Amino acid sequence: MTRLLDVRDLRTQLVTKWGTVRAVDGVSFALGEGETMGLVGESGSGKTMTCLSITRLLPRPAGRIVGGQVLLDGDDLVRKTEREMQRIRGRKISMILQDPMSSLNPVFSIGMQVQEPIAIHHGLRGRALRERAVQLLAAVGISSPADRLRLYPHQLSGGMRQRVVGAMAITGPPRLVIADEPTTSLDLTIQAQYLKLLKELHDRHRLAMIFVTHNLGIVAKMCDTVAVMYAGRIVEQGPVRTIFSAAAHPYTRALLASVPRVGGGRVKLTAIEGQPPDLTATPPGCAFAPRCPHALARCRAEAPPEVHLAASHRARCWLVTGS
Amino acid sequence: MNGTPALLEVESLVKHFAVGGFAFDRGRLLLRAVDGVSFAIPAGRTLGLVGESGCGKTTTGRLILRLEQPTSGMIGFLGRDVTRLDREGLREYRRSVQAVFQDPYASLDPRMRVGAIIAEPLVVNDRVGSADARARVAELLDLAGLPRRAAELYPHEFSGGQRQRIAIARALSLSPKLVVLDEPVSALDVSIRAQILNLLVELQDRLGVSYLFVAHDLAAVAHLSHEIAVMYLGKIVEIGDAEAVSLRPRHPYTQALFSAALPAHPDDAREDIVLAGEVPNPLRPPSGCAFHPRCPQALPRCSHEAPALRARGGRMLSCHLYDGAEGDDHEAPALRQPSVPAPHPS
Repeated sequence: MTRLLDVRDLRTQLVTKWGTVRAVDGVSFALGEGETMGLVGESGSGKTMTCLSITRLLPRPAGRIVGGQVLLDGDDLVRKTEREMQRIRGRKISMILQDPMSSLNPVFSIGMQVQEPIAIHHGLRGRALRERAVQLLAAVGISSPADRLRLYPHQLSGGMRQRVVGAMAITGPPRLVIADEPTTSLDLTIQAQYLKLLKELHDRHRLAMIFVTHNLGIVAKMCDTVAVMYAGRIVEQGPVRTIFSAAAHPYTRALLASVPRVGGGRVKLTAIEGQPPDLTATPPGCAFAPRCPHALARCRAEAPPEVHLAASHRARCWLVTGS
Repeated sequence: MNGTPALLEVESLVKHFAVGGFAFDRGRLLLRAVDGVSFAIPAGRTLGLVGESGCGKTTTGRLILRLEQPTSGMIGFLGRDVTRLDREGLREYRRSVQAVFQDPYASLDPRMRVGAIIAEPLVVNDRVGSADARARVAELLDLAGLPRRAAELYPHEFSGGQRQRIAIARALSLSPKLVVLDEPVSALDVSIRAQILNLLVELQDRLGVSYLFVAHDLAAVAHLSHEIAVMYLGKIVEIGDAEAVSLRPRHPYTQALFSAALPAHPDDAREDIVLAGEVPNPLRPPSGCAFHPRCPQALPRCSHEAPALRARGGRMLSCHLYDGAEGDDHEAPALRQPSVPAPHPS
């Protein structure tokens, strides 16, 4: 599998009134053509900031990439100008965000919003533009798409809006789609429909996808590989089956054990004690050490390096270094 | 349902809201938010109420809390119909029935210290002395797993999980018999949810309190509940033992819902039942069985004849597919069922 995206030692800082936060603190991962990766973490773990760094959409002026590379087909996006990025976004990378209402403009019709990226990326006009928009809406499973062009976002249900956002995201069609909690605001049966749609689009266009989520179930259902983030770092990454069956990092293991499952009975869940870390005051060693049941003295003093456990299975933990 | 005397008994509960339209049209449309719901919760047990947005699960919780006046129906609590209580009776009822809501940021007064928040129900209801109230607050903080010094702090000094503990401590301050939990863990981080779910189970085992657990997270509901009721457009379509309903769902909607619940492991083999369409507009519900336009197994009669909720092998079902099947689970007609996900060793 050729490498489509190669993120190397990415570092992003956010300047806040409480101090500078190392939101992304040396993140490295790679994604092959047509591959699906889950980026998992709790709020504040840096998963969204990682994606906003890749697309260069960090909040300004607070957010800043301070180091590392984001190679897309070997081309470093960190060095691109804003003008160059505008050609890359939508054409090579596109994003689907959690809340479709914030991705759609309430005062423009669905037709105008779906046609805009088509006009920009493909230079279509008039009837051809309209036809392409209708095709796209049909491709994301919107019934009677020609009639929907006149509607405004508030006239559609949440699931329909998210489909429209999906249609805009595949206009390019792009090589990589980053979906940030794409189904969190949807109901269960609508979530099932939307995940099915994303899978179809993925198969049809050989899209590479990054699912940013806190929901391990989505990763289990949709992804080939998974990277688990904690306090701005990837603490473990590898193939989905390896991670779900033989996770090495105590945080990953605890996260998997803490989720109730249908049919699991009323047994006591393995809770992770303590609170997610405060990023303005991260401890010197491993950020998970204060909550880790297996923490050693060394964990509190020194941050563990990333260790290769197998070809594509890596973890940052002193317990697995073997020394 | 099995012989234990019920603490709460809800019978044909109905709540209609008059909505929509302008001026003369106002109130012409009826939103049948809760449309003839019946269930019972025995002492010390949990009933999970699941369904998608707009199915009426939250309204049902609010009716039981008497935050809404039912249009018709009965809510029996310890043998008394609480829909007809006078002011004093209602006051007493509300001591026995408390609530924990989804958003722990919105449900705690930011200007009150935690000690005062937890003691407020005591002060309002029992007019206890300040020394007694302090002792009770300390006891409740222990119960909820919070440090005693928390009493002196303000809500903003706590994380979401801890705030939910504060809300739970406050709900328990009057030793209620029933707590309505409306999405109590949905707003919390994944690693914190297990803490709160464990706390809820532990408190139930220790105090014998009953829960009505309203949530859309099926795994959390299956985990905490003894019985599960599934709602669709204001009606219960299936209700029964939590394990039976979650692992061997019978109603096509329940089957689709549990099939849509995300797997716990990539190897969990399960049949994907992806329903077409969306939940219909509750202002214009479909004729017959409200689920028939989306039902993969709909029969001709489903479109004009509404099925009744009837006992079918240890559970209650509202579906024509099971008409005439009176036996237990094994004798019921074999339906397409999502395969049971194999439990995985952690």
